[in-house]
Amino acid sequence: MSFSGEQLARYSRHIILKGFGLRGQKRLSRGSVLIVGAGGLGSPAALYLAAAGVGRIGIIDADEVDLSNLQRQIIHGTADLGKPKADSARASMLAVNPEIEVRAIRAFADAGNIMELIRDYDFIIDGTDNFPAKFLINDACVLAGKAFSHAGILRFNGQLLTYVPGEGPCYRCLFKNPPPPEAVPTCRQAGVIGALAGVVGSLQAMEAVKYLAGTGGLLTGRLLTYDALKTSFRGIDLPRRADCPVCGEHPSITAPVDYTPAACDFR
Amino acid sequence: MPDARMEPFRPDAVTDVTDVLCPLTFVRAVAALDELEEGQILEIRLNDGEAARNVPLSLKDEGHQVLRLTDNGDGTCSLLVRKLEN
Repeated sequence: MSFSGEQLARYSRHIILKGFGLRGQKRLSRGSVLIVGAGGLGSPAALYLAAAGVGRIGIIDADEVDLSNLQRQIIHGTADLGKPKADSARASMLAVNPEIEVRAIRAFADAGNIMELIRDYDFIIDGTDNFPAKFLINDACVLAGKAFSHAGILRFNGQLLTYVPGEGPCYRCLFKNPPPPEAVPTCRQAGVIGALAGVVGSLQAMEAVKYLAGTGGLLTGRLLTYDALKTSFRGIDLPRRADCPVCGEHPSITAPVDYTPAACDFR
Repeated sequence: MPDARMEPFRPDAVTDVTDVLCPLTFVRAVAALDELEEGQILEIRLNDGEAARNVPLSLKDEGHQVLRLTDNGDGTCSLLVRKLEN
């Protein structure tokens, strides 16, 4: 594959970067990423990956843009209120970079469709806001042998972890099961600073870029936590669990499972 | 011992980057080299000044072999580079 003069200009800051270069850019162009959730995390991740020239991006979300989203979900604008988030996100991504392919999927990811959804993508970004979805994405990616970026944000804190098949722990090695619904504050109940979603979602985009380009090290085997109030990042080394029910030696989970999500009081 | 600088290198391809500014000069040179096989020679026509100073150094830094920079006397230079894989 070769780039046009316009593409060379568009991606010049990648191409002149030693250790990335034309080779890295070609890999991005040939690569594909599925972003689950066009919300706080998905917004910056989707925009950066589109701008970076990732050749094919899928973005899945079943919701419509709500006024309370706009404080952090920067891929949507005030003019998008009421529109499906997947469509609004797609339009913003193509406005940044019309040279890529974006598939907008207006659906909820569940046990019935997740394997099919992730099948055609190289890397998955978990930009969801609830535990059942996080376990669903984890299990599906482990079962399908797909690399993915987990992230979660709440109030002033964020965390993320990258899973690559055969390397390090999966999300279920860290947390065996979702917490009971009543123990979980959702984003709607707990609040979150918009820029926190920007920081963590951008880190997820960075993981996807490195994975696709084959550059640098990934956040595998280590949970990164970010405390925005203290402006402090911490990496916690975590081992893979041999008895993990999904990625362990004798897995008991052999197909994706649906858990009941916590009720959203503020809906 | 013949002087290597005087050896008549024959370019396998020619590219002109006089219509762009740095760092696009370098980007276009890299893209043109990418189309060649290892060991082949690219002739790059570039403007005097910043481009003529930066592009040879940047390509050398990428691991390619800079063979010759000739002043064309019309505000442009011709740079000969041999593609090396690294």
